[in-house]
Amino acid sequence: MRFFVWVSFLWLTTFTLQAQDCTFQLSGKVIDIHDSSALPYAIIKIEGSTKYAEADAKGNYIFKNLCAGNYTFEISHVSCEKRSVKFELTSDKVFNFKLEHHIDELNEVLLTGKLYQNKILSNSIQELNQKQISNLSNLSFGEALAQINGVSTLSTGTSISKPIIQGMHSSRVLIINNNVRMQDQQWGVDHAPNLDINSAANIQVIKGSAALQYGGDAVGGVIVSTPQKAPLTDTIFGSTIANINSNGRGGNLSTSLLKSTKKGWYFKTQASLKRHGDLEAPDYVLSNTGVQENNISFGFGLNKIDSGFNAYYSLFSTEIGILRASHIGNLRDLENSINSLVPSFIDGFNYQINSPKQQVNHHLVKLDYFKKIKNLGKLKAQYAFQFNRRKEFDVRRGERSEKAALDLELTTHQVLTQLEVRQFDRLALDIGVETSFQNNYANPETGVRRLIPDYDMFTLGSFVTSTYNLNKLITIDAGMRYDFTHIDALKFYRVSRWEERGYAIDFADIILEDFGTQLLTNPVFNFHNFSSSLGALFKLGEETEIRSNFSLATRNPNPSELFSDGLHHSIANIELGDLRLKQEQSYKVNLSLSQAFKNLKFEINPYFNAIDNFMVLEPSGIETTIRGAFPVFEYRQTQAQLWGIDAEASYQFNKQTSLQGQIAYIYAEDVSLNQPIINMPPLNTRLELVHNQPNWNNLSLSVSHEFFAKQERFPDLDFSTLILNTETGELEPTLINISESPAAFQLFHVTAEMPFKFNQTDLRVRLQVQNIFNTSYRNYLNRQRYYADEMGRNIQLQIQFNY
Amino acid sequence: MKSLKITSLLSLLFIFASCSDDDDVKLINEEEVITTLTVTLVDNATNQTKTFQSRDLDGDGPESPVITADNLEANTTYQGSILFLNELEDPAENITLEVVEEGAEHQVFFVSATSLQTTFTYEDADANNNPIGVDFTLTTGEASSGNLSIILVHDGDKFAEGAAAGDSTNVGGETDIEATFPITIQ
Repeated sequence: MRFFVWVSFLWLTTFTLQAQDCTFQLSGKVIDIHDSSALPYAIIKIEGSTKYAEADAKGNYIFKNLCAGNYTFEISHVSCEKRSVKFELTSDKVFNFKLEHHIDELNEVLLTGKLYQNKILSNSIQELNQKQISNLSNLSFGEALAQINGVSTLSTGTSISKPIIQGMHSSRVLIINNNVRMQDQQWGVDHAPNLDINSAANIQVIKGSAALQYGGDAVGGVIVSTPQKAPLTDTIFGSTIANINSNGRGGNLSTSLLKSTKKGWYFKTQASLKRHGDLEAPDYVLSNTGVQENNISFGFGLNKIDSGFNAYYSLFSTEIGILRASHIGNLRDLENSINSLVPSFIDGFNYQINSPKQQVNHHLVKLDYFKKIKNLGKLKAQYAFQFNRRKEFDVRRGERSEKAALDLELTTHQVLTQLEVRQFDRLALDIGVETSFQNNYANPETGVRRLIPDYDMFTLGSFVTSTYNLNKLITIDAGMRYDFTHIDALKFYRVSRWEERGYAIDFADIILEDFGTQLLTNPVFNFHNFSSSLGALFKLGEETEIRSNFSLATRNPNPSELFSDGLHHSIANIELGDLRLKQEQSYKVNLSLSQAFKNLKFEINPYFNAIDNFMVLEPSGIETTIRGAFPVFEYRQTQAQLWGIDAEASYQFNKQTSLQGQIAYIYAEDVSLNQPIINMPPLNTRLELVHNQPNWNNLSLSVSHEFFAKQERFPDLDFSTLILNTETGELEPTLINISESPAAFQLFHVTAEMPFKFNQTDLRVRLQVQNIFNTSYRNYLNRQRYYADEMGRNIQLQIQFNY
Repeated sequence: MKSLKITSLLSLLFIFASCSDDDDVKLINEEEVITTLTVTLVDNATNQTKTFQSRDLDGDGPESPVITADNLEANTTYQGSILFLNELEDPAENITLEVVEEGAEHQVFFVSATSLQTTFTYEDADANNNPIGVDFTLTTGEASSGNLSIILVHDGDKFAEGAAAGDSTNVGGETDIEATFPITIQ
């Protein structure tokens, strides 16, 4: 018996020894959990043994001669939290260890931009990094974004610019400032984003609605602006940028300071000022186009590895003059403006900002808190308060020009709770609930009927987004979101308009009170929306990436689309909203291929966006008032299809010289009526040649060229009406040519830049000449193209200190 | 747990903020609208009065202005005056006073069809000694008919060539009122 035991034991041992052949190999990568990028030089230790492996510069590691069995690996990296992973090894295995990269290497991260990561990997994303933002510090948020391929601007004059992403703008583009969705009356085409470009350290443009954590209605895309993040070290740094411009004879000054400690405390502040007078077109002064802007932000908080909080406040405050010649009385004035090649009102250069003008203040307060929960992930809670006060001043009689013609106060509270589950190796899961309350108050002291009525809005949204690493090659992301919106408005209608709209029949039950010529009504809306996204990232080797995404977005009609009812002096039209509008739904497919050969890199991003119930504003007739005749613009819902492609490439000739090119084209069709959709960017290209001369103190020179084709695809919305001929005194049938797009144009710019390094500070001097040839041109995407040329040549001097 | 506390605190704040809203909403009667243009013409010889009127009580609402015009006598000189009213206010507001007060920024232009035999002469002046056109003389010629348009221009260049003589071609500015009357001189 005893012998038998011994034999068995020996035999078993032999068997085990045989099985412990110890020839298995474990290899793979150490990657960042956020974006799957390689983490170089991480150490992987096998617990309970002396064996370890070190990852190489590309994150690759390898263990050889491992035995079968259960292993616990401990992975560490200088800028990450330690992590252990257990699994059983029964054969050769390829495995990627994931670590969460932390922000204690600020300098490195700022250079690579990696601090500002995005979770949506399958959607085409482009960004402006801190260097680019510094260069653009003189521009408005909308103008600066136009540097990104596929992004254009819809402008009203020279100083109001809204970003257009792949053909879509206003309510179809979400702007996220410091993780808060901006509520700044973005529905208006002449309402620029109330956000200072200098408050951002990184801006990303997501060309689609895949980023469901921000909202389900991004038919066009999402712009994510992130302020400076604090490093986990004892440091203090800042920068000051000054710009001086010849055109407008003004400039701006922006300064920022950040102090942080190793324990995670930080304080930061940033302020900027902007002033310029009337801008000048090549042939005349653009009277009343001065701008004043004062912005400030500060924040403090504590960021530890496992918990932290942040508090942030920002104020954006601006006063923008609107081209005097664009304020017109009636259709005859419009017709005169279209036919005359110069604005109807030109004065000498002036710093004064008179009516018509806009004054806007936007306050944002944000508090957030996060805590890591062991074996689960991170829990985040955030509260944001926004107060947007917009005043618009018209040219009015009887000293009323001092009194705003439109005075809106939009107050928004938002609470967001989010759980980021990171316990799984391959799956990152985010679950969130967002609720908001919004109140719009239209000040009756204006003495002008409200353009947007008083309303309360309540929203409740919830979302799940996930990223799953299928294998080395493929990462899949998917998400779903549900939103409920309740709007309760109090709106006055003129009885005549109420009847003309046919509301007397459809909405008789919403009348609260009859004031004789006006009715007080109580429109209430409830919207239930679903949105979703599915996509994949294919990494076909080191140099090739394919991103593909399909997303469904649902957008509610905005207050302007529902309630508009009145005269717009800027384009001499009567704009009418419609209470019957339904949500619009967009189905967007976005593909992106990026490839790098030796010196050549390129990215091609084709997309297709099919939109049901697309809301479009179109002329529907003429109404006559005592001022004369006006075209009436009404909202119509239709089927829209947008096909487009954004492509860019760069070629490095040698260490000193490189060439970059961009091209964007969009084809947009109203498929119900077989006609083009209005206000789509024409084919445009940008080419930039950069040369660096290291032996001339790193002088960098660049020449860039921009080309905008004539938009040949515009809907023919011209109409004919009787216009008084002041020569003959007769009312003559006249065709009002409002549709035709302006001619193609091209612009050249040159830039010279030189850095100077001192002990504690860096100085950078940059001289730029924009529109060198002082070309006169008009832009199809400027709503004031009927009245005046765009701005002429500008010489800009920029000085930046980093300390 | 701490985060839960903060979340609930924030929610409370949120609810407070939601409730502090008042539901009173004030009716706005438009202050600046000109609803009514009335031209009064007095024949000094006979003391006969003629009127033209354009009246649009719904402002920029869908209804068109109501236009009325008396027939004029041939070869007659009328003392003319214009009254601008905002009849949305009760009692109606006399906007002529504002127009005259800001006379340097306003001017009325009279545009007759070539077929209509009329001559206009300004009878008033602003601080710069340019005409305003609220008071004028209208002299009719032989029996004829055609359109007469009356335009009130705001913020135009009143020193522009021809402006003082009643030609609006070079004036620019924006149209505050434009009314066309079919006139018969008999």
